[in-house]
Amino acid sequence: MMLPSLLTSLILIPAVGALALLVLRGDDHKFIRGLSLGVATFEFLFSLLLLKKMDFSASGYQLEENFHWISAPPIHYHVGVDGLSVFLVILTTFLTAISVIASWNSIHERVKEFFVVLLMLEVGIIGVFLSLDLFLFFLFWEVMLIPMAFLIGIWGHGRKIYAAVKFVLYTMAGSILMLVGIIWLYNVTGTFDLPQIQQALQASPDLLGKTVEIAQRNELLLFLAFFVAFAIKVPLFPLHTWLPDAHVEAPTAGSVILAGVLLKMGTYGMMRFCLPLFPHASREQRWWIVLLAIIGIIYGALVALVQPNLKKLVAYSSVSHLGFVVLGIFTFGTIGIQGAIYQMLAHGISTGALFLLVGMLYDRRHTFEISDYGGLATPMPKLSAFFLFVALSSLGLPMLNGFVGEYLILLGTYVTNWKWATWAATGVILSACYLLWAYQRVFFGEVTQEKNRALPDASWRERGILFAMAVITLWMGIGSAYFTRRTATAAETIRQEMMRAGDTMPQEAMSPSDGAGTKISLERSGNR
Amino acid sequence: MNNGMPTIVDLKLVLPELVWCGFAVFIMLLQPFLKNRNFFTFLALVGSLGGTVLSIVSGWNYGPGFSNLIRMDAFSLFFHLLVGAVAFLVILASEAYLERENLDSPEFLALVLFATAGMGVLASAQELITAFIGLEMSSISSYILAGYRRDASKSSESSLKYFLLGSFATAFFLYGIALVYGATGTTMIDAMNAVNPANGWLKLGLAMILIGLCFKVAAAPFQIWTPDVYEGAPTPVTALFAAGPKAATFALLLRIFASVPAATHYWFWAFWVLAALTMFLGNLGALVQNNVKRLLAYSSIAHAGYILVAFAAVTYMAGEDPSTAARAYAAILFYLLGYALVKVGAFTIVSQLGGADEKHVSLDDYAGLGQRQPWIAAALSVFLLSLLGLPVTAGFFGKFYIFTAAVHSKLIWLAILMAVNSIIGAYYYLRLIVVMYMHEPKSEAAAAPVRFPVTASIVLWITVAGTIYFGLAPSRTLNFLLDQKSLIGSMR
Repeated sequence: MMLPSLLTSLILIPAVGALALLVLRGDDHKFIRGLSLGVATFEFLFSLLLLKKMDFSASGYQLEENFHWISAPPIHYHVGVDGLSVFLVILTTFLTAISVIASWNSIHERVKEFFVVLLMLEVGIIGVFLSLDLFLFFLFWEVMLIPMAFLIGIWGHGRKIYAAVKFVLYTMAGSILMLVGIIWLYNVTGTFDLPQIQQALQASPDLLGKTVEIAQRNELLLFLAFFVAFAIKVPLFPLHTWLPDAHVEAPTAGSVILAGVLLKMGTYGMMRFCLPLFPHASREQRWWIVLLAIIGIIYGALVALVQPNLKKLVAYSSVSHLGFVVLGIFTFGTIGIQGAIYQMLAHGISTGALFLLVGMLYDRRHTFEISDYGGLATPMPKLSAFFLFVALSSLGLPMLNGFVGEYLILLGTYVTNWKWATWAATGVILSACYLLWAYQRVFFGEVTQEKNRALPDASWRERGILFAMAVITLWMGIGSAYFTRRTATAAETIRQEMMRAGDTMPQEAMSPSDGAGTKISLERSGNR
Repeated sequence: MNNGMPTIVDLKLVLPELVWCGFAVFIMLLQPFLKNRNFFTFLALVGSLGGTVLSIVSGWNYGPGFSNLIRMDAFSLFFHLLVGAVAFLVILASEAYLERENLDSPEFLALVLFATAGMGVLASAQELITAFIGLEMSSISSYILAGYRRDASKSSESSLKYFLLGSFATAFFLYGIALVYGATGTTMIDAMNAVNPANGWLKLGLAMILIGLCFKVAAAPFQIWTPDVYEGAPTPVTALFAAGPKAATFALLLRIFASVPAATHYWFWAFWVLAALTMFLGNLGALVQNNVKRLLAYSSIAHAGYILVAFAAVTYMAGEDPSTAARAYAAILFYLLGYALVKVGAFTIVSQLGGADEKHVSLDDYAGLGQRQPWIAAALSVFLLSLLGLPVTAGFFGKFYIFTAAVHSKLIWLAILMAVNSIIGAYYYLRLIVVMYMHEPKSEAAAAPVRFPVTASIVLWITVAGTIYFGLAPSRTLNFLLDQKSLIGSMR
């Protein structure tokens, strides 16, 4: 291998950048911004190397590194990457670089600390996606909380401290439960190493309990310990209440990272841990998880519909979109899981872009209230064009990125249970309603407030970021095969995990005739 | 028991205590003749450090001494090193404090050394009356130290409360010894193995001993005194209270309740309930505190609860699965180590930021500290995150090991209660961090940066470095502790 420590470098580059910033003097803001941009961009370009180095046809983890760290208990620094995590890592590095540019002029206080915190956050998130040792995973999972809390609490607005503390406490409540689960797993398998635990659980199903009943009960408890932690992060209805607060009060960069990657840590965890480690429990508990996911899809969309606050609207749309991801994961099929992975990426880009746009409006008018805007298309045609483009991608217009994920998820769900797909599809309709209606109220019509008449249009810097986002949106929509080809093996691996130990997938699929299928596609096309 | 004079071997075993007491007496004798503060501080530092280093020498002479009254083994060596290091750090941190508050230093230093010697005795006692002597040595010195700020009414209140309630607890302890003696005919801890564990008088006696010691470690429902005493005592003394006597008393609790069969399995539920109660009362109490000293006091109650979780694991597993019990055992020691470092560091910061008469100890006084004194705020954050149990700190691994021990011992519910408490705890530790970094300074007087003297800075450097070191590489220490389990086991 040419670069034996590629993954470690990915974790270390932002950490070194943050440390360098920390010891430098904080007066020269221009230099600090430049340096952080340099680090973030380099990190992004470096992460693209992954695509070159990886063999996407092979299953299992690649570019693994495994070092001994602590002997009692046996903790290893074990990192690796596969088709599931690679794009999430690249998404993280990309959105961090974007966030640095987006914060160029909007952060004036404690500039040095801001970029230090942003880069530390990147370290934590990348660590989470790359760890293959449960302990290491937990460590990054926890460490990442602090920079995010600081980001919200110091550079946010409004009730920022309340939001920051709520965010930390919610996540911590879940992660402590997960720690109990991790220790329990260590207890029965004697290791924290994810592949080893997986093998051990597969090889001897009686590891969790002497009789089948006890083993299944224990598996259920373990599943719940992990699942609740991830469900809080996603967030799955009804654990979502921290999200609107955190989003609304966070600075733009914080929102972008939060919606773009942090939420995906939850769904990533479900795919990486819940399904492969506890397939029986996952299948047993599917009914209520799917129910909550569908409730989340519809509830999130309905609440977004009535939001007077633009940023909250986008936040609730995340609840709805992430509901799709959970639904896709719990179809346990290749199509659904691929759709879920795709939707995670697409949502990262389009919601990230939405938050950037909302942040740009905020920079100009210092308000998120929809009623304070109106007719903005007149003073700022370029920005409103970008906004429309991004909104369309978020609501799932074909040829743009949001469509592919939702389509695959609905297809996968339909194969499993057409009723679920029907209910979930209403979320697609509603997303068109709330986004377009919000767009209409903010950008169309006469300029309602005098203050808005002279607002400057997007600057070169802003146009640059938005253009980059738009290009990726379009590329993901048209060239979706580039991604699906590379995530196929990972999705197939998860499906096989679910099929293991002689269990067969429930065969309720395809039972109703084609009529229902046409109905769904009609709904979709009618909606556009 | 009848060979009269102590031999050289015996004396070697109490070398650290001899040094600590010797320096204390020396300081008191010199006091009328010399006025130089720095000289006394220097003397006390040499004494505390010397005793600590010499405990390694006496640690080489593993074995019993004074007709089995005390025993120097890896276990007591660990606690000697711990309390000695705490005394050293407290003395180092108190120098600037005493000068600021205009208090006499010689008596203070002598009392700290006496208290440390008492803790040393407590850690190596093999017999209950000897343990009682150790307990009293450290307690009586503590009562005086708590009231050392004579002019402050709070300090006197603290001293009086501590004294009254402390004597009450001591009476329990003593009465328990009498009952145990009545039941077994001996006060030697290892001789109690031979007695039928179901003996009612023995159980009653052990219960009273447990109550007496629970008072000393501030375990609920015997914790009521803690916030008042911690708040009123001079802050360096509070640091000593939180770290030293607590660790030494836990050492005695371990000696009795982990090694006497009569005391193990029967007492598992007692520890279970004590742990649960202590965690909840400590954490819930801390939620509403606006005084940093009181907040840290409640937090130290909560941490006693976490340690008691491991006690439940030890007592539950001692008879059945010694290796699991040993792991819980090692977890307790590791936890105490990390906890002592953090508390000494945190209280050192509080004592310096307090200003004259300790006026600035409310949460509001910490507002904006992150910008005013970034390094101090960073250090305090490290301590708070360690108390909270976030990686990569000593507190995280301490908690992790206790957690693991509880799950290993199948005390899942207790582990879950501990998890719930960790979350409650997270709230108030974060609250302080939030105040430091996210609030604007409120009072004018507190807005000026406080200069930290070199001595206090050294304490902070040591404690921060230790906290992070044990958070990055805990296994070396833990393995050392685990290797010594044979010695612990040999007491049976």
